[in-house]
Amino acid sequence: MAKTVDQYFDDLRETRVWRSIFRSGSGSSTLHRSLAIQQNVFLHLFSTKVRTRMLSFSATWYLGTLTLGTFLILVATGIPLMLYYHPSVPQAYADTKDLQFVVSSGIFLRNLHRWSAHAMVFLVFAHMFKVFYRGAYRPPREFNWVIGIVLLLITLLLSYTGYLLPWDQLAYWAITVGSNIASAVPFMGSKIHFLLLGGNAVNANALLRFYVLHCMILPLTAIFFVAIHFWRIRKDGGLYSHSSEPATRRTESAAKEVR
Amino acid sequence: MADPKDFAAGIDSNAKKAPRRIVFVTRRTSAQVKAETEDQVQTFPEVLFRAAVAVEALAAILVWIALIFNAPLEGLADPSHTPNPAKAPWYFLGLQEMLHYFPPVVAGVMVPGLVVMALIVIPYFNINIEAEGFFLKDRQRRLRIFYIVAAALSIFLAWFHVIVALVPTLIMAGLMLIASRSSPKSPSAFRRYLAARPLSYWVMTWFLFELVVLTAVGTLFRGPGWSWVWPWQGS
Repeated sequence: MAKTVDQYFDDLRETRVWRSIFRSGSGSSTLHRSLAIQQNVFLHLFSTKVRTRMLSFSATWYLGTLTLGTFLILVATGIPLMLYYHPSVPQAYADTKDLQFVVSSGIFLRNLHRWSAHAMVFLVFAHMFKVFYRGAYRPPREFNWVIGIVLLLITLLLSYTGYLLPWDQLAYWAITVGSNIASAVPFMGSKIHFLLLGGNAVNANALLRFYVLHCMILPLTAIFFVAIHFWRIRKDGGLYSHSSEPATRRTESAAKEVR
Repeated sequence: MADPKDFAAGIDSNAKKAPRRIVFVTRRTSAQVKAETEDQVQTFPEVLFRAAVAVEALAAILVWIALIFNAPLEGLADPSHTPNPAKAPWYFLGLQEMLHYFPPVVAGVMVPGLVVMALIVIPYFNINIEAEGFFLKDRQRRLRIFYIVAAALSIFLAWFHVIVALVPTLIMAGLMLIASRSSPKSPSAFRRYLAARPLSYWVMTWFLFELVVLTAVGTLFRGPGWSWVWPWQGS
């Protein structure tokens, strides 16, 4: 009898090589499916089970997932963009022009990176407000909320540092306007301004600093906090579901009395 | 733990010989296992599959946008030629709008600093944890505080002619006024809804309202010299 595709996959999963890579073994039992999460270095951040109710679109609008999605797109488009880009003046602008007109699909990469970045900023804000209105910041999830705020700030900084990199008029003056705000900090404003830009005005040093921040420091920091953010969801008892929490149970019973 | 009868303790006298765990079992709060009666599904494959579909749908939309709309690219950066208006990225235009009215130390440092601080401390204050309608408890005192804060904020914003921030503030204050005069047993669903809103809801909604209005005004309605222009007027 001819084998089905599924059976070929099953055979593949039984091979020595596969078993050496994926420690959880094969099978579609609940145990194996739990192990697939638990025994995986990336997936073990998540819990093995999720409340069915939390899968519905209305529960989360998938905003956190989508934010991660934009981040992944930004990494996937950002790395090829780095191959065509020199963080120097005025070469940065010429490289951006080349991406636009010379490099194959360069304009598509840049467009996707740009629009995904805007989408990520929007989604992070949307995620924050959705979490707030669901009341999901309540104990024991306080600290994960704080990590979320940190991630919001990192996202804004990521977007802001990336804004300078094309080195066009739009980039230059947006960063000039923004960085001038740093000068307004009492006592050490000019020092912070100088530290941020590597000079007293937006110049080649600023471009290099923003490039390093944008491509190395901030993404790594973001990944670090995202890992904690996901892990804390599991540690804090999974996605916040309305009725399992005492604070909202009270209002719900109150609402029932009204009816 | 003040009442010694509240718990039973067991301990061995010689810890070196027989290390033991000490267990305190308080009578009122025994070790509690939350009964999880809800339906659950396996993360693999159910949740991961849905997440993948969601991300792929998003990617499809973004790819589509990227194919149609080009990212802006202006001329080479020129420090000697300032565009008018020079605008920050859109998510900072709310702040830039505030900079139009207040000195940088207020609009650029204090306001965002306070916003970030306020966001961080939300879950650490019980008033934000409680989910009861703001005016349902301790009504007289809370009404007084509300009147004072709303009036002070409105006068402050009017004094500096910050009309774009004043209008959302007045609308939110109006809604809170309706809420304070609504009963959770009102026949109107809208008033029942308002009456049940806690303080954290009001503050956050006011913040969201201001954020959206200020960002929209900064993005769409500001032209040369930060003057008011309509989006359909060419700059």
